[in-house]
Amino acid sequence: MPTQVNPQTAEKVITDGLIEVGAEPAEISREATFESLDVDSLDLVEIAQIVEDEFGVELIGDDVQNLKTVGDVIDMVVAKAS
Amino acid sequence: MSRRVVITGTGAVTPLGVSAPTLVERWSGGESGLEDGTGTCHDFEPLDFLSRKECRRADRFTQLALVAGEEAREQAGWRHETPYPPERIGCIVGTGIGGISSLESQGAVLREKGAKAVSPLAVPLMMGNAASAALAMRFGLRGETYGVVSACAAGAHAIGAATRLIQSGQADAAVTGGSESAMTGIAKAAFASMGATSPSGISRPFDARRDGFVMGEGAGVLVLEDADRAAERGATVLGEIIGYGATCDAHHLTAPDPAGTQSARAIGIALDEAGLSPDDLDYVNAHGTSTPLNDRSETDALKLALGDAAGTVPVSSTKSVIGHLMGAAGAVEAVATVGALRRGIAPPTVGWEEPEEGLDLDYVPDRGRNLRLPQPAGDGRRYAISNSFGFGGHNAVLCFAAT
Repeated sequence: MPTQVNPQTAEKVITDGLIEVGAEPAEISREATFESLDVDSLDLVEIAQIVEDEFGVELIGDDVQNLKTVGDVIDMVVAKAS
Repeated sequence: MSRRVVITGTGAVTPLGVSAPTLVERWSGGESGLEDGTGTCHDFEPLDFLSRKECRRADRFTQLALVAGEEAREQAGWRHETPYPPERIGCIVGTGIGGISSLESQGAVLREKGAKAVSPLAVPLMMGNAASAALAMRFGLRGETYGVVSACAAGAHAIGAATRLIQSGQADAAVTGGSESAMTGIAKAAFASMGATSPSGISRPFDARRDGFVMGEGAGVLVLEDADRAAERGATVLGEIIGYGATCDAHHLTAPDPAGTQSARAIGIALDEAGLSPDDLDYVNAHGTSTPLNDRSETDALKLALGDAAGTVPVSSTKSVIGHLMGAAGAVEAVATVGALRRGIAPPTVGWEEPEEGLDLDYVPDRGRNLRLPQPAGDGRRYAISNSFGFGGHNAVLCFAAT
């Protein structure tokens, strides 16, 4: 069963995913930009895979590549799940 | 007159340890890095050198190349900035197989979880040019950069290509070498299936009991520079690449031409370019894989190319102590050859005990031995060749001078 999506679980899964792809844990916040975290398009594909695996929410496509901040992804996952 | 190419930095990560001096000194002392029939770089911990992000974006073969490259760059004194415009520095690195462990693990993901779960890093991890791309990006090199894939000759071919790049004036310097980490399930099974690897797990080049090669992993990287430019910047010169010969057997998918004609011709081309006669050679770093076919045809090739001098020059195989590093072999052995010349030592073919009819060269058993003094009529330098031969009949021979 996929995990229930809410702002808290989305934030946790995405934060863990960012750490997994090599972002510095201390620098991760809702406001942090992917550029500042040195997270590129390949990393974002991995984050999208992790999100789909965890929540069953599909982000692959152009959805993710246009987002700028961590908060943007969290909001998109929550919006897509509802 | 083409430009002269000197070596100003060397680096190596091998089963004998993490550094070029460790390789040469331990090998010269007769130590082996082989264990349980493989040559694993046990001392290599990528996170000691690379960030977590760099590690997950590089297959192990690329990680090995990056660390060997850092050692070479530091020795060349390029630590903070390149001494030439980045556009004038190339980066050519060989590999036999590339990121096969990444390919295999993503193959498992595909089978177990489907296409959508395959990592977006799979291609950049496994591509054969990954090591050259990673080194160029890390060092900021913007000249001609690519990977060389010619099986077990790749490391030597890469160094040869980088040498030509500088000789032709297309670049003032190059970072070059070879890297391999391919001790995966499929690679082990495939080499065993074709009868190339040793059932006994013992690497004993040129010995009558040899029964195949022992797989090893590692990387060797050299910094090459145009001799005049290196002198202008006051660089310490470790040695010079004075000749390079490359030929093809056009004989068989995997077996060397038993007559050794084309490998002998590669040796001859390298010596001609160097302006040396066979008597001038102080040392031969053999390909010496420990396979029945290679060691016989290589011995015959040396006799063909060197004539009487083949009987007196010391010939030894690095693979006796680190195994066969495949696409990295030629590069690691180039590093080892330069180190041996600089120390005035012929390192040994460890484990060589039983002669075989016709395999009657001086294979330097047991322990390293002092090289003869530089020739009185010469320029005070010693000379060596390093042979590399790959599946496909690829032959690449480099000729070095060093003091």
